[in-house]
Amino acid sequence: MMVQMLIEAWRAMGANRLRTFLTMLGMVIGVGAVVLMLAIGQGAQYSVSQSISSMGSNLFIVLSGSSTSGGLRMGLGATPTLTVGDAQALSELPEMLAVAPVVPGVAQVVYGSSNWSTQVFGTTPAYLAVRNWTIAQGYPFADSDVRSATRVALIGQTVAQNLFGNEDPVNKTIRIKQSPYLVVGLLSAKGQSLDGRDQDDTILIPVTTAQRKLFGSQFQGTVRFIMAQAVSAQMMPAAEREMDALLRQRHHIREGADSDFTVRNLTALVNTAAQATRVMSILLGAIASISLLVGGIGIMNIMLVSVTERTREIGIRVAIGARQRDILMQFLMEAIIISIVGCTAGVVLGVGGAAAANHFADITVVITGGSILQAFMVAACVGIFFGFYPARKAARLKPIEALRYQ
Amino acid sequence: MDPIIRIEGLYKEYETDAGPVPVLKGIDLSIDPGEFVAIMGPSGSGKSTFMNILGCLDVPTRGKYIINGRDVGTLNADQLAHLRNEVIGFVFQGFNLLPRANLEDNVSLPLVYGDVQKSERIARANDMLGKVGLAQYSKSLPNQISGGQQQRVAIARALVNRPKLILADEPTGNLDTRTSGEIMSLFRQLNETDGITVVLVTHEPDIATYAKRLVKFLDGSLIYDGEVSEART
Ligand SMILES: Nc1ncnc2c1ncn2[C@@H]1O[C@H](COP(=O)(O)OP(=O)(O)O)[C@@H](O)[C@H]1O
Ligand SMILES: [Mg+2]
Repeated sequence: MMVQMLIEAWRAMGANRLRTFLTMLGMVIGVGAVVLMLAIGQGAQYSVSQSISSMGSNLFIVLSGSSTSGGLRMGLGATPTLTVGDAQALSELPEMLAVAPVVPGVAQVVYGSSNWSTQVFGTTPAYLAVRNWTIAQGYPFADSDVRSATRVALIGQTVAQNLFGNEDPVNKTIRIKQSPYLVVGLLSAKGQSLDGRDQDDTILIPVTTAQRKLFGSQFQGTVRFIMAQAVSAQMMPAAEREMDALLRQRHHIREGADSDFTVRNLTALVNTAAQATRVMSILLGAIASISLLVGGIGIMNIMLVSVTERTREIGIRVAIGARQRDILMQFLMEAIIISIVGCTAGVVLGVGGAAAANHFADITVVITGGSILQAFMVAACVGIFFGFYPARKAARLKPIEALRYQ
Repeated sequence: MDPIIRIEGLYKEYETDAGPVPVLKGIDLSIDPGEFVAIMGPSGSGKSTFMNILGCLDVPTRGKYIINGRDVGTLNADQLAHLRNEVIGFVFQGFNLLPRANLEDNVSLPLVYGDVQKSERIARANDMLGKVGLAQYSKSLPNQISGGQQQRVAIARALVNRPKLILADEPTGNLDTRTSGEIMSLFRQLNETDGITVVLVTHEPDIATYAKRLVKFLDGSLIYDGEVSEART
């Protein structure tokens, strides 16, 4: 019985191949869009959450310069006003877990015949804690290295790759701007930052070494920015107030005058980014769902036409003994076949599209069996739901009226 | 012997824009198993309406219809479908075959709804096609054979589920005289050798002579019921 119905549904669909194909196409595009959009949305969420966890949690960044100056926005960090002493003082606040001053710069690095231009951060061991960064091999440099401004370096994975290849970099000597530095440790991989930079293309050296020996600034003893980690998320507002007060006091800024520094809540920033990504992926999903809905309505439309066209056939079937459920099943079977074949093709299209987006546009995509199954089930249900009404209409035709239909 | 068809005070009116129009105005009729009945009457006298009610394709406005011992008025949709499938074989003027299905599939369709296994369906369908002389066409499509042949296929389809009753509404209406004779011979053979009750509508007196009993309709009423031979005089 079931097999016979499948055959008949197939025959009926085969009788109007173009129409069947177009109906199916609506479904294919709908499901394909849903799968693709889910993959892209989940991919975006994944990479944002990756970046966020690689950045560290409950983070502040303190930059030199005021955010507003006489009503004009100034380039932050233009004139360095922050010092290692400021960082030290901030770290003594009870709300702070770890605080690290940073002197950034770019330098040419050489090992043997390899050379590589990379970003060099002069900082303190606390930086690793703040950034939630671990050592893959070797050891971090110590506070004593900072005190005596020794030439030691921690190198990121990308740097190691480019200078050393497969060689173990620990305890080798590299040259940064001609001077020799001992590589004491290899940083673990961190991947891309939220703004798409490679965080592993970095070298960390003691902040004092950077200030005195590597970059030699005209503003002696200053740092470009300070990264600070609060004890907990709940402490963030209090920590922000305390930092502001402490730095204003240390910089002798009078009541009412503009600060010469800016405290930014990085965690709030990235949360906003994460929120935006979530909203984006929901929107993507919603748009894709609409196309799925349109596909479903397409099935209903065609099925209604098909029922009308085949009214006489339905009458004949009823006259020779078809029950209402036989007619219902016959039409439902067509909707089911169209849905399932369409869904399968749609999943293939969606996964292929996601793979292409990943390959050609370098978009992070995440495809899970769960999301495919979910899309498949929803789409199949949509098809069957929209196929049900026309099928029921067919099943409820009065025999004599169906037979008389011309 | 209980009659296979018993009709009492059958009344049918159609709802039209101009109000209800009575088409059957109180018909009483009883048909015994094994009878061969021809129904005649002018066009518009209600013959088709009557046949459709007999075939459980339409329902009367009032009156009682008992087929094979069951009161049709008390049956639900599934039970009616079952009656149409197992007790009645319907033959139409316009053949009403499924155009996309081959003859074998057309003939075996009632068996699909009768939940018969596929191998048996095919065997019985081909058996029936053989009986109406079309065994060699079992894989052909309806539009590849002549009208007379199509009507034979329709008869094979009506017979395949071994009904007790064949209802035929102007089965020869679309056929030439010679083919009509062949079809009528087939009906007579079914009636005489297989004992199937046959009720058919025709407006040709020649066709009616194949039957044993004649019923005449006029304007929704039954005006004659008797032997075919007596009616001619
Ligand atoms: N569905 C319908 N609606 C309204 N009137 C109908 C319908 N079917 C048939 N009739 C009318 O009923 C009368 C009987 O029709 P019918 O039973 O087909 O007659 P016959 O088969 O004897 O020619 C005719 O006058 C016809 O116009
Ligand atoms: Mg008629």
